[in-house]
Formats: sequence, structure tokens, C-alpha cells
Amino acid sequence: MESNYHVISTLVEDKPGVLQKVAGMFNRRGFNIDSITVGSSEVEGQSRMVISVHADEKGLEQVTKQLNKLVDVIKIKDITKTAVKRELCLVKVSVPNAKARAEIMQYSNIFRAHVLDVTDQTLMIELTGDKKKINAFISLVEGYGIKRIARTGLTAMSRGV
Amino acid sequence: MRGGEAIIESLKNMGVKTIFGYPGGQTIPFYDMLYDADMDHILVRHEQAAAHAADGYARASGRVGVCLATSGPGATNLVTGIGTAYMDSSPIVAITGQVPTHLIGNDAFQEADIIGITMPITKHSYQPKDPDLIPSMIKSSFEIASTGRPGPVLIDVPKEVQEGELTEFRDDLIQTPGYNPTVKGNIKQIKKARDLIKEAKKPMILAGAGVIIANACCELKKLAKTINAPVMTSLLGKGAFDETDDLALGMLGMHGRKVSNDYINESDLLIAIGIRFSDRTTGRLDSFVPDTKVIHIDIDPAEIGKNVDVDLPIVGDAKNVLKSLNKVLDGYNPSDDVNNWTDMIKAKKQELMPRVSYDDVPLKPQTVIKEIAEVLTPESILTTDVGQNQMWAAHFFDTQKPRKFISSGGLGTMGFGFPAAIGAKVACPDDPVVSINGDGGFLMVCQELATVREYDLPVIAVVLENRTLGMVYQWQSLLYNNRHSQTLLGNSPDFVKLAESFGVNAVRITKPGETKEALSSAMKDNEPVLLNVVIDSEEALPMLPPGAGINEMIGEYKLEKDVI
Repeated sequence: MESNYHVISTLVEDKPGVLQKVAGMFNRRGFNIDSITVGSSEVEGQSRMVISVHADEKGLEQVTKQLNKLVDVIKIKDITKTAVKRELCLVKVSVPNAKARAEIMQYSNIFRAHVLDVTDQTLMIELTGDKKKINAFISLVEGYGIKRIARTGLTAMSRGV
Repeated sequence: MRGGEAIIESLKNMGVKTIFGYPGGQTIPFYDMLYDADMDHILVRHEQAAAHAADGYARASGRVGVCLATSGPGATNLVTGIGTAYMDSSPIVAITGQVPTHLIGNDAFQEADIIGITMPITKHSYQPKDPDLIPSMIKSSFEIASTGRPGPVLIDVPKEVQEGELTEFRDDLIQTPGYNPTVKGNIKQIKKARDLIKEAKKPMILAGAGVIIANACCELKKLAKTINAPVMTSLLGKGAFDETDDLALGMLGMHGRKVSNDYINESDLLIAIGIRFSDRTTGRLDSFVPDTKVIHIDIDPAEIGKNVDVDLPIVGDAKNVLKSLNKVLDGYNPSDDVNNWTDMIKAKKQELMPRVSYDDVPLKPQTVIKEIAEVLTPESILTTDVGQNQMWAAHFFDTQKPRKFISSGGLGTMGFGFPAAIGAKVACPDDPVVSINGDGGFLMVCQELATVREYDLPVIAVVLENRTLGMVYQWQSLLYNNRHSQTLLGNSPDFVKLAESFGVNAVRITKPGETKEALSSAMKDNEPVLLNVVIDSEEALPMLPPGAGINEMIGEYKLEKDVI
């Protein structure tokens, strides 16, 4: 993992405009968001945002402090080191012939991916894992011809109690 | 009770007596309810002036200023004022009308996403979709605007919400669990600060607007006297420390006093309080206090370490922290080293004091500022516009008390000074209020002459007329080979006639002594007045060229006659 790559878990109020505020702050302060995922949390009325960002130590400190200043942001934690990180990826691969179909399905099995949709020319595959695993799978099937990729971006949670 | 009435009632509950505003299509319901209400409203002549006036009101009084505009263009006209307040941490609440909820998103007439537009320049914003939420949102807005690091809060109220009936007037429907500013300084850090102060041989203090906002000027004075350290300020810190005091060195930065800029890097300990180390204050960062230990006290943790590396951070309210620091310093006596250092700085201060002794015609701006300073009492409020006029005022005028020097620092908004003076006058009707403007900036807001006349606000507007956009002109002279691109104003109006057409008295001033005389009589008359002072296009020197280190000022005080 690159040293300047960070995963920040943020608890925010579930209100309109919060995503815009958070994303806008990153943009305005010149930080690059690698991915951002939002969904409801265990607390009603609050959402959890998982943000992955490239920043050096000083940049990360600024990001965290500026995030904290947003009134709608309740809690922030850098979980880069402790987190289980997962991403969901849908990929539609061209299947030129039966041999290719068998190979792709074999790869999918190895990666514990699921086939969601089949046509005579394509396979749609669902894969979950960390970024590295997903990238590895994509590079494996790239040779057959990728028609489409949709990735959710990273979500993550700290290990332990 | 209807939504609009709830706005008025809630504002009253917050102690608001006057609001600055301009009506429009989507605020007609509100204005209809205001018609019978016990609430003063100053009708400005442009919404931007409403925001600046609310800002001036807030800075002069320490209370939240309120401005109001309609949706769309009314709201977007507030943007510059909101941005100005945001950059200078000024507590204002801006209320805008919005098209009815069912039309939002339809590109309706005069619809603008003002919450989206102002997101980067507000501390927070609300849009009540239900009239019941209005009292809570106003209460929360005032709390957020005025506590922690203050800043503007926007409330965008759709038209039908202004008209809708409340089921119950409750102001506790909104919680902000994510908003907990740190006020109290960490005592361990404060004790470490004491230790650093005790070790220091050459301490200096740099005070910013945070000291004024926190009402911590007495505590700052006590600290400075206890540790016998010279005190510099930022532009917005002017007034945090009496500039006529022995220990006061004046402003630091691009147009700072020479003694501050020349000697800050020689200090071995810099105690920075309520300041954000703007580039205009520090000059090039890698040559700003390279060998000095820095203690940074600020209520906003994001400011600490943002620009200048800090040896000891203390997050907290300046008053709270300085009180604790003074307590732990009880019994401390500065060493001989410290006293020698401070004596040396005091001597340098005398040597590098800005000296002005001109009797030229056209008038030198320094002479004008000096004459103004001679007439004004320490209670008088001076607002400035932005540009050379601001730097002459900041540099040559000694501010003695907090909230008496009001200027747009961060955003550097031309057209700020005059409407801010209107707000300051409303906030402090007993204190004389003088605004210093250039002819460029004043023309951006000259319509507010109608406002001062209408409400008999005895604001004194000084318009320094050199028929140039002086600060840019100066940069072009010094840094762009005298290529004065678009900075000559050419045909300016006759400012005396302009003022008179609004019913405001005006005096044209061209000779030494006349400013003093006209200002004294204006202060006696207690009437709005415009002083049109014709000046030489003089440079605001010395200055730091952009990108230069703090001690690399160019230019000297221009002395026609040396007084010494």
C-alpha cells in the first residue's frame, strides 16, 4: 500500500447537501479524492462516508481538520492501518468463443466472483475485494476485451471491537 | 404565527434590533409581516451593501449582524459580502428568500441555488422546508455564527414557508452534534508555553483578529507587560493592542511597519495569538521566522500548522487561553536578556518610525491620514476600503482600542469600507464613524449615500481622489515596467456634486490643514458628510514585493523634510 494513501471513515448527518459539502471541501482545498462511498450507518439520521484520499502527512492533517469544521460532520477516523477494505466491481467481458468462456468462468471461481448475466457474446461478473484483488482480476480478463466496468469505490471498517 | 413572523420573533429573541436588507419578489411575504413589526430595517441601495453593513455592525459590536435579500439576483448580490465576512471570521446571518418549494429545481424566475453557491464561504446554511423549523434554525444559525471561530450562516427561506402557519413556536428542534468548538486551552500545553516563555531571551507577540473577537485585549496587554515582549499585529489585529503603547510595533506584513518586518526573524520565541498567518502577513514562508520557536494559540485547529510550522499549538479561545497563561506566569519576571532585547526593539522602533512632514499640494495621503488621526478620539471607528487607502490608514493610523479599525483583510473587497461604516454607525451610534475610501472603491458603493441620508446616519466618508486604481497602479509601476494598464480612472465624477445630489454635504479638500478642519466640523455637526480629498498618486511604501521574505522590504518612507 502506498504510504500516502489514506482511508478515512466519517460519520455525518444524513441531510441534503452533506456529500456536496464534503466533496466541495476536498476540491477547494486541492485534495484528490480517490473514492467516496456513502450509506446509512448504525445510527438513525446519520450516514457513514468512507473516503479514500491521497495526501502526505501534513495534507492529511489539514483534510481531517477541515472535515471536522463542517457542522454536519460528527466524527472522523483515519482507519488506513486497521481497516478491512472492500470494493464491489461489476465487469462485462467479451466472450469471443467457448474456450474463452470457460477460462473466464474459471478465473471467476478462483476470485470467488459471481456471474450475474450471460449472453452469447458477454459475461457480467460481480467481484468483491480490496482494490488490489479487483485490479488483478481486471488485468486477467482484459485480454478478452472489457466492455464495461462499474466500481463502487472503497468501503471499509476497523477490525476488532 | 406565520413563517415570516417567526423569523422576526426569533431575531428579536436573539437580541436583534436592526436588520439590513432589500426586498424582492420572494420576500414580499416577509416584508409584509415586517410592516407591522417592532424591528428596524435599513433599506440599503444594493444587497452587497446589506451584507457589508451587517458585517460592519458585527465587527463594531461583537454581536451578530443580519442582512436580508430576495432570491436569485438579490441572493447572489450578497455573495461578495458573505465571502468577505467568511474570510475575516465575522458573525453574520444572511437570510434570503427562495422560490416556493415546488418550483425549486425548475429554473423558476429569480431562482438561484444560493446554498450551493455560498457553500465554500459560509460556516453553515439552512433551508427550512417547514415553517415550524424556522425558530430552531435561526437560533442555531446565531449560535454557529457567533461561537468558535465566527463566520457567516445563510438561511434560505422558500416563499411559501414564509407564509405557512407554524403549529408551535419551538426553537429546540435542531441539534448539531458535530459542532463542538474547543474553547478551553489544554493546561499542559499552556504550562509548556510558560516554560518556553521562561527560556526565551528575545520574545515577540503577534496578535490577530482572534484577540479582538475573543475580547481578550486586556489579557493580551497583561501578558505583554508581564513578559515585556514587543507586540505586532496583523491588519485585522489592529486594535488588539494599543498602538500608542511603548511595546506596540504596529502591523506586520506586506505593508507592515518596518520595525516589525525587520526584527521578527531575530526573535527566539514568537507567541502568535488568534491569527492565521496569511501570506500578506508572513511574506515567503520559508524565510518567515526560520530560527524562531512558535507558539500558536487559535480557536480553529485547522489554522495551526496550515501555513507556519508550530512548535507548540494551543487550541482554544484567546481570552480563555491567555487568562490561564497569565495565571501560570504569575510571579514571572523577565530576565535582563529579555529586557535588553525589548529596549533594543523600542529604540529601533523610534528610529524606524514612519515620519510624515509634508506640506505639499497635491496633498500627500500620509498627511491626510495624520490629520484624521489628530482629530479622531480613541473611541472613533475607522473603516477602510481596500487598496492604498487601506494601507495608508493601517500604516499611519495608530489604533488604540479593539473594534475601532474595520477593514476587509482576507477577501480584500473593494467597496467594503463605506457600507461597513453604515453598519458600524448603527451598532455604535455614539461613536464617530469615519470611512476612508479611494475614488475607485467608493464609486462601487456610492449609491449608499442615499442610505446615510435617508436614515440620518452621520457617517463621514473620506474619498481620497487620485484618479487611479492606486494599489494596482503601484504594482504596475514597481513590478510591471510602469505599464499602467487600465488603472487610470480618467474622468471621475465631481464627488462633491455627487454627494450633494443625494442631499449629503460635501467638502473638497486640496490643502494641508483642511482635512483636520473639515473633519472636526463634520464631527460636531453630527451629519453625514463626504470629504473629497484630492491627493497625489503616492506609493504605499515601504512594501514587501510578492514572493519576498518578511525582512526584504523595498522602499523607504518618503520624506520631503526630515522632522528629526
